[in-house]
Amino acid sequence: MTVAGRTVQLRAGPNSGRSDRVFRRATAAFAVAVLVLLIAIAFQLVVDSREAFQAFGIVGFVTGVIWDPVKDIYGAWPYIVGTLYSSAIALILATPIAIMAAIYLAEWAPLRLAAPLTFVIELLAAIPSVVIGLWGIYVLGPILRDTVGAALSSAFGAIPVFAGIPSATGLYVAGVILAIMILPTIISISREVMTAVPQSQREAMLALGATKWETVRHAVLPAARSGMIGAVILGLGRALGETMAVTMVIGNGQDVPTSVFAQANTIASKIATTFNEAAIGLNTSALIALGLILLVITILLNIAARLLVGHTAH
Amino acid sequence: MSGSLTPAVDRRATLTSGLGGRRTAVDRLMRGLAVACTAICIVPLVAILLYVTVQGIKGLSVDLLTKPPTTLGEGGGAVNSILGTIQMVGLASLLAIPLGVLAGVYLSEYASGRVARTVRFAGDVMVGIPSILIGVFVFTILVLPFGQYNAFAGAVSLAVIMIPVIMRTTEEILVLVPDALREASYALGIRRYRTILTIVIRTGLAGILTGVMLAVARAAGETAPLIMTALGSRLVNVFQWGQPMDAMSLFVYNGSRSPYPAVQEQAWAVAFLLLLFVLVINVIVRARSWGQKMSS
Repeated sequence: MTVAGRTVQLRAGPNSGRSDRVFRRATAAFAVAVLVLLIAIAFQLVVDSREAFQAFGIVGFVTGVIWDPVKDIYGAWPYIVGTLYSSAIALILATPIAIMAAIYLAEWAPLRLAAPLTFVIELLAAIPSVVIGLWGIYVLGPILRDTVGAALSSAFGAIPVFAGIPSATGLYVAGVILAIMILPTIISISREVMTAVPQSQREAMLALGATKWETVRHAVLPAARSGMIGAVILGLGRALGETMAVTMVIGNGQDVPTSVFAQANTIASKIATTFNEAAIGLNTSALIALGLILLVITILLNIAARLLVGHTAH
Repeated sequence: MSGSLTPAVDRRATLTSGLGGRRTAVDRLMRGLAVACTAICIVPLVAILLYVTVQGIKGLSVDLLTKPPTTLGEGGGAVNSILGTIQMVGLASLLAIPLGVLAGVYLSEYASGRVARTVRFAGDVMVGIPSILIGVFVFTILVLPFGQYNAFAGAVSLAVIMIPVIMRTTEEILVLVPDALREASYALGIRRYRTILTIVIRTGLAGILTGVMLAVARAAGETAPLIMTALGSRLVNVFQWGQPMDAMSLFVYNGSRSPYPAVQEQAWAVAFLLLLFVLVINVIVRARSWGQKMSS
């Protein structure tokens, strides 16, 4: 709508001078530069990962379970599993809490409480991830080991998922840290799509004698559902690519993890910890190939999420 | 909701009966749960702020701000990392602000449907790319060819992270500038580009600054892309863009892996300074735009 309005103006406005053309083309060049930059990032990762994909094959690289720079054999599977595993823990923990909090902020909380609370929760997203990681190493990790870790291990230690001895680092600590980090993303977007549901829908339910919760459950949530799924997917995208905080608490393990207490690595943490030591050649190429896998996953998730959120918003 | 079709009188009756009691109980329960979940979300923020502040203030000293680090941490500081962050974030801003703002101007003022959608989409995708992959990309174009980790590559990787953020916020703000302002300017015979520079951008300046400041705060806290570009360094590096350079975020990361208590203490202190900087920017910027929203 506005775009169409601007197009009309473009012809109507005094736009004929040379300086006008120069300015217009300059801004266009910068805009296109952003597009070129994105293409260049993808292109560069594809080119520099070719050596690894040619050496092991795409399937061979993705499913390979050995990462050994000495023998020059590289397989991505332990890190792909570590990435999906830690993000899954984060989603399981964060989604219900974030959605209930968003419901409170959008539906129950009075505006003078909702505004500052939203503000404070969004501040959490602004904390540098290296600072959260530092807190994770010295505070959260030891606390989790002595409480949740010890309890789960003694109660369900026989199940492979909870096997092993919990330490202050590992997949479960990374999962909790990631859950904390994606809370603001899920909450603020869910709250926005819920606020966008027309007031008349709520009033219709309330007029029928429904309680506030019934109104939320039957009028607001169905209308906001696809946007909220989009919010969760955006959270997932952030969790998959989060690097520093995870690197600092996940334990740098090299095997395919089965237990939540396992020391593991995500794709991002593997790149962060070993990129500088890698020999130029097949080793670096394999790390870039890991990066390419992560890039493809996050771009696809982002596109899906934006389609879902945009669908609800309009 | 079959019950919603029953007459109002019946409804009032059921509210006091067993069924109605259950419904209000469920309502109260869910409300309580929602409040509890909101509280849970606040806990980590408060815990992190308190702990980092308490630990960080212990390590603050004049040495921290004036001396380069020593091997065991004793008697050393973090001036190399503070100067490094200032320089790299500064250069990244010089690169990213004009590029991001002008690209945003194009999207808001000139672009027609298809081009605008494509660039906007590219910007959104770029915001979602994990920052470590930006680091890998910049490594392949600015480190590998020269065989040398360097501060310039670090600044470029921060700029690549800042550009889409600045572009999108600039566009979002300029679209809000009323068309009447543009038309009034045209009516006075002012050319389009001058209208944009002197009227449109002026009007949206506060909003553009908001986006820029948030992008600066984000860049200052970035660590991952610097690992494979600027690398980090124990030496104080001033304007030697071809050499490795430290940053506050790198200092915290490396300090966290150190076995020496003095180094760990410095890491907490630098983490505190970094957190303070990032939060002060966020609070100022967001409180302002929040105040404007309330008053309008």
